Amino acid sequence: MSEKKNLKAKTGNEAMAEAMRQINPDVVAAYPITPATEIVQIFSQFVADGVVNTEFVAVESEHSALSACIGASAAGARAMTGTSSQGLALMYEMMYIAAGLRLPIVIAEVNRALSAPINIHGDQSDTMGARDSGFLQIYCENSQEAYDSMIQAVRICEHPDVLLPATVSTDGFIISHCMEAIELLPDEKVKEFVGTYKPKNWLLDVDHPFTLGAIDLQDYYFEHKRQEIEAMRKATKVIKEIGKEFGQKFGRSYDMIETYKLEDAEAAIVVLGSTAGTAKVVIEEMRKQGKKVGMLKLRVFRPFPFDDIREALKDVKIVGVMDRHDGYNGYVAPVCSEVRSCLYELDKKPKIASYVYGLGGRDITLEMITEIYEELLSGKTDNNAKYIGVRE
Amino acid sequence: MADIKIEKKKGWKDLPACDYLEAGSAAAFETGDWRSERPVWIPENCIQCLFCWVYCPDSAVVVKDSLMAGFNYKHCKGCGICAVECPGKKGKKAIVMEAEKK
Ligand code: SF4
Ligand code: SF4
Repeated sequence: MSEKKNLKAKTGNEAMAEAMRQINPDVVAAYPITPATEIVQIFSQFVADGVVNTEFVAVESEHSALSACIGASAAGARAMTGTSSQGLALMYEMMYIAAGLRLPIVIAEVNRALSAPINIHGDQSDTMGARDSGFLQIYCENSQEAYDSMIQAVRICEHPDVLLPATVSTDGFIISHCMEAIELLPDEKVKEFVGTYKPKNWLLDVDHPFTLGAIDLQDYYFEHKRQEIEAMRKATKVIKEIGKEFGQKFGRSYDMIETYKLEDAEAAIVVLGSTAGTAKVVIEEMRKQGKKVGMLKLRVFRPFPFDDIREALKDVKIVGVMDRHDGYNGYVAPVCSEVRSCLYELDKKPKIASYVYGLGGRDITLEMITEIYEELLSGKTDNNAKYIGVRE
Repeated sequence: MADIKIEKKKGWKDLPACDYLEAGSAAAFETGDWRSERPVWIPENCIQCLFCWVYCPDSAVVVKDSLMAGFNYKHCKGCGICAVECPGKKGKKAIVMEAEKK
């Protein structure tokens, strides 16, 4: 990149709204919810000011927001929405429909705890609840990643091998409301990168009428679900290719996972979202003391990058998986379950420990992560999930 | 309706992606095969009011040259609406429902 960097101070929400302005989707239907409200609030200002051509639909609930996006997407439009927590939960029913009808809708999502007890702060229970919906799930470490990932998500979802919707998530308040300097790309570069949405079949194409969403019983449902499963499998390659292309064009490459000081690490943690940034500081400090610690940041949780994880963690002695959600299986948290399941294939298996932290936005400090590393290095870990930062 | 097809089910690799169906494809398939009663037309009682054609929720009443001409049993579901709505002639219905045999 020869051009001078266009650095701007943006919160996560502002960054996502900015990406949406540049993507200029055909339809945005949304309903406000803390901490994601700002994304579509800012975007609706763009609509009011005429800087985007988007049809903005102010609906009466999140269920309707995603329903409107489904209708728009099926009709042939590029559709987007934004939400969080209970809002996402209210979309759950429609999420399965968006994915099942193979509609490439992107949701700008802010991770927030689910009620009850009611709480507006960040944890990942909302998207973890939508884990099996057929949505791709991208988790962002900071505002820059949120901005970049929104732009990539459009391309990923609309790729003919994928045709699935996605959530692009930031941690509530920690990223959504925190101001950082991020690099914004020129409008025309984003426009060029995302291109025009050209669906193969679209309901407003009156010359080629078709039926979408007809009843699909024992004789066809399974085949259609098998196609969806395959699309999710193929998405891995597409996410990698588009992340790489983004890097070649704009200098920031993306992959399914990111590794940090893993090469010679004895103890590693696996994290999603903003905690990865905190962990990097801890790793630097501990490395200065000669402690071989590293990290695997899971950027994409759906599809699950099992190959990359296995490759990255195969030589590590012990792995601590940090989940910002429990999952209530009474044993270990969801990301840990999946990491463990994919490492089980290895002949030489690392030891694995589950750590649940930060529920309802409870702070995760440098000290807490240091303690996790110390425990991993000592080898004295529990079999069941351990709860970090909860009062006993 | 000589071109009625016997459905050959495709595997997931050959099916069009997602729940996509060509418009109007029901015309090509026999969709009336689960009928338990069939409407029978009695032409001598018919006054050609075409109520049956109007009320049929399917398109199973065959009209030729603007006249009622019988039923398309490939698609008639045997709901009996036509028989109820048929005014007939002098109190005698022009459509009666009969049990499907076999
Ligand atoms: S029985 Fe029902 S479906 Fe059949 S012709 Fe009469 S109205 Fe139509
Ligand atoms: S409703 Fe009865 S009388 Fe009228 S056209 Fe049909 S069969 Fe004839």
